[in-house]
Amino acid sequence: MLRRAVTTTTGLLARHIRAQPFSTDLSSAPAADAGFVEAWKKVIPNIEPPKTPLSFMQTRPSTPPSIPAKLTVNFVLPYASELSAKEVDMVIIPATTGNMGVLPGHVATIAELKPGVMSVHEGNDVTKYFISSGFAYIHANSYADVIAVEAVPLDQIDASLVQHGLAEFTQKLSSASTDLEKAEAQIGVDVHSALNSALTG
Amino acid sequence: MAMAALRREGRRFTSPLISPRPITDVRSSLISEDEAPSGVRSISTQVVRNRMKSVKNIQKITKAMKMVAASKLRAIQVRTENSRGLWQPFTALLGDTPSVDIKKNVIVTISSDKGLCGGINSTSVKISKAIYKLNSGPDKENKYVILGEKAKAQLIRDSKKDIEVSITELQKHPLNYTQVSVIADDILKNVEFDALRIVFNKFQSVVSFLPTMATVLSPEVVERESESVGKLGDLDSYEIEGGDTKGEILQNLTEFQFSCVLFNAILENACSEQGARMSAMDSSSRNAGEMLDRLTLTYNRTRQASITTELIEIISGASALEG
Repeated sequence: MLRRAVTTTTGLLARHIRAQPFSTDLSSAPAADAGFVEAWKKVIPNIEPPKTPLSFMQTRPSTPPSIPAKLTVNFVLPYASELSAKEVDMVIIPATTGNMGVLPGHVATIAELKPGVMSVHEGNDVTKYFISSGFAYIHANSYADVIAVEAVPLDQIDASLVQHGLAEFTQKLSSASTDLEKAEAQIGVDVHSALNSALTG
Repeated sequence: MAMAALRREGRRFTSPLISPRPITDVRSSLISEDEAPSGVRSISTQVVRNRMKSVKNIQKITKAMKMVAASKLRAIQVRTENSRGLWQPFTALLGDTPSVDIKKNVIVTISSDKGLCGGINSTSVKISKAIYKLNSGPDKENKYVILGEKAKAQLIRDSKKDIEVSITELQKHPLNYTQVSVIADDILKNVEFDALRIVFNKFQSVVSFLPTMATVLSPEVVERESESVGKLGDLDSYEIEGGDTKGEILQNLTEFQFSCVLFNAILENACSEQGARMSAMDSSSRNAGEMLDRLTLTYNRTRQASITTELIEIISGASALEG
């Protein structure tokens, strides 16, 4: 009972003290799905409805009429946000259909990524990362989200280990018997050869 | 003091009479420890002293648990804040539609394995049951997937037939994305769903945890919603790169979304668990401290009363002798 009182008072305080920025970045725009809240209150009047991700989202600007000068990139991994809302000139991402370059004003796209090199171009600096697969969304408002499972800057990759791994997986592929083993070995070969070409090319 | 003297006078009269067994047994055990060594009949402080010792031990244990929870919280809070960027692109792309109309609803409840963490597990279970109720209708179906012992114990009581999968001992090894993606794969293989509702406690600060529900839709529902003029209406305007059909991409997308959102949710819940345990152990140490203060006062009073009665006896004995 005391706990609930504490949480409701903190909830009230949070609503009144809007200016306090939490690390979750509460935005003032669509804070909750009104339909959901109403339906909840009708069926379950005693409990507060749970929050939804919409109330914790940072709002994104809508599509501007003219093409903006810079592309805003969010590059996220499960363990860190490598780049968050960084303004760059261009990114090149390794989609399954080939490397594609993304400039501001790119048409809205959902791209599936294969293991490869992603490079971020900002003025004269180019930062390259080797990413395992993931997804990239390019929105109409020149925002690009790249979500990968693992990413390493190229200078942290050890060439000899790559060669060793490539040889190992090629050998496994040739000696694989079941479909599952073949698929696993094939994935290993793909990733290592992509690493190889990233280091050399 | 006077009362104590009267009580003792009473005892001298009643003991030769037949009195019910248990009371005399208790009385004799209370008095015998002091009577045996010195032969002086005084009120015992042993009971109060035992209680004080046990309360002090409890206070030490809860203080230690609070320190452990604080150090674990520090470690996991860093990882949680880093993983917060993970679900935002998905919500930016697919929007968030908790009020979507679907038939098969699967509620994924995330809870802790260990107890003594305040009310967060009960909150999650309450919200899960409310979502179940919200989404019940003529041909609608609700199932539970449970992560964590505590929610399993609570939900197995009345919804045993609705539990599809239950996974425990998540935090045996430090949480990482690989483990969570294996769990997500497991769930996706075994459960049919139109929408997955992930219920967890989002960590806002050490004293405040917000119960949150994240929604992940199945690829078919995403297609359906994008065709209608819903919130996902402009999904069609996105070009698809890679893969053969839009359906295949959507399937990969929803599976990836589920594993990312689940990873963030599990981390947030673990963070909230440590925070709640810290505050629960803190309030229990404080209560133990207060109890110890009260017991100390009682102990001192009892001790002083027994000394006073001893003095009275000696003095009245001496004055009786002098006559």
